[in-house]
Amino acid sequence: MKYVLLLMGSTTEPECGDAEGPDPREFMAFDQEITQAGVVVDSFSLHGPETAVRVSQGPSGEPVVTSGPFAESREFVGGSYVIDVPTVDDAIAWAAKSPGSRFGWIEVRPLAEY
Amino acid sequence: MNPTSEQVAHVLAGIGREDRARLLAALARRFGDIGLAEDVLQESLAAALETWPGTGVPRSPLAWLMTTARRKAIDVVRRDQVLAQKLARLRIETETSAPAAESVALASDGVGDERLAMLLGCCHPALREDERIALTLRFVAGLPTPEVARAFLVPVATMQQRIVRAKAKIRATGIPFAVPPEDELADRLPVVLRVVYLVYTEGYSRSSGPHHVRADLTSEAVHLARVLHRLLPTTAEVAGLLALLLLTDARRAARTDADGVPVPLPRQDRSRWDRTLAAEGLRLAEQAAGSRGAGTYTLQAAVAAVHTEAPSHADTDWTQILALYDLLLRLEPGPVVALNRAIAAGKALGPAEGLRLLDELSASAALARHRPYHVARAITLTELGRAEDARAAYARALDLEGNAAEETFIEHEMGRLPG
Repeated sequence: MKYVLLLMGSTTEPECGDAEGPDPREFMAFDQEITQAGVVVDSFSLHGPETAVRVSQGPSGEPVVTSGPFAESREFVGGSYVIDVPTVDDAIAWAAKSPGSRFGWIEVRPLAEY
Repeated sequence: MNPTSEQVAHVLAGIGREDRARLLAALARRFGDIGLAEDVLQESLAAALETWPGTGVPRSPLAWLMTTARRKAIDVVRRDQVLAQKLARLRIETETSAPAAESVALASDGVGDERLAMLLGCCHPALREDERIALTLRFVAGLPTPEVARAFLVPVATMQQRIVRAKAKIRATGIPFAVPPEDELADRLPVVLRVVYLVYTEGYSRSSGPHHVRADLTSEAVHLARVLHRLLPTTAEVAGLLALLLLTDARRAARTDADGVPVPLPRQDRSRWDRTLAAEGLRLAEQAAGSRGAGTYTLQAAVAAVHTEAPSHADTDWTQILALYDLLLRLEPGPVVALNRAIAAGKALGPAEGLRLLDELSASAALARHRPYHVARAITLTELGRAEDARAAYARALDLEGNAAEETFIEHEMGRLPG
């Protein structure tokens, strides 16, 4: 079954992205481990929320474009893995191994297959 | 001569809850999907009703049902590619395993891994607590949905929805019905034990409604705890939970009077305690206390053991109980444990000290809403001769949520106050 591991962070966390934050080498080590296990379908890393651009629709249907970071939403997605593993327990185990679960949290969701 | 439809229906009705639950558990574990297991079991029961009048009742009805259900499940899997892939990934056994082995397993009185697998699946951390309890009652205890609804005091339709959504979540999320390796099992056990404990406490003291005790829920919980203990005989907390439930259950007959009104511990007729259950509980409590991995249930069982061993309320070793609550509070800090510790301290050290400790807890919002907190204050104030303050505390207790039998008790106590 395919699961998405969404690496989440919070803008209120002091260590987020700072010197006390996660060591990139830890993420690389994890990436190597999960890739070698052969379970990765896809993955991506995102630039920080300050680079985000929000697109929505205004009252008359006109596009509204706002630049990040967004004061009202303190959570942001840092990156993601799409993995293919037998059960949710396997997905949870990978999420628990990821450094992302230490410095932020990881949301595990099953991929909806239509 | 072949049986009539009525006779067949009678045979099928005679297949108890236990056996149905075991069939379901075996199917769920086999195919890794509880919804599929439920469907094919239902279909095989319908098939039995249809064909047995013609062919006669088989010598082992359970084995027939199991084989039929299994075949139907394999058919479903063959037709549904997506499901087939998903089930294949769950590493289920192939269809080449001998059906004879399954019928032997079902025929025996022993409880196999499939019950544990079912319990673990229903209590998976990915599910919400109310979902876990509902699923456990429905699929492990085998209670029909209307009874589960009654246990939660919700409309049947609400409970049906909850169970349907929980099963959909199980399928969508890929929650497995399998016994995990030992270290993972150790991690998962506290959640399972808590569900069983909650089933018991819900039966022990109903959170609302006319009755104080729901005997069938408490029996259900004791049964589940026994199943767990049979499967995991050396795990301390499992023995501890069973001990706690047995010791509490042993006092059940004395806990309420003929009108169903609760009788407080000091006034219980101890001759009405079930000494056989108590002896078993004491033995298990001791076993748990001596084992590694002892935790909250072992400690709570130890408290219950001290009560059970006391020949009378006056002879209870409150100092020991206080020491146990000190340990429990460190392990599991929380308002209810703190309350129970304060009560024990009052008994061990005198009502003045007890009141002081209770009043220290008055800042807790949770306890302010908790009926037993105010009752405890009222009892302590009565002991100190402060009738007016006791009356006020009882009145606060009455204002809070609880069952009607408790209310009768509180009103009795208020009536007994001087002045």
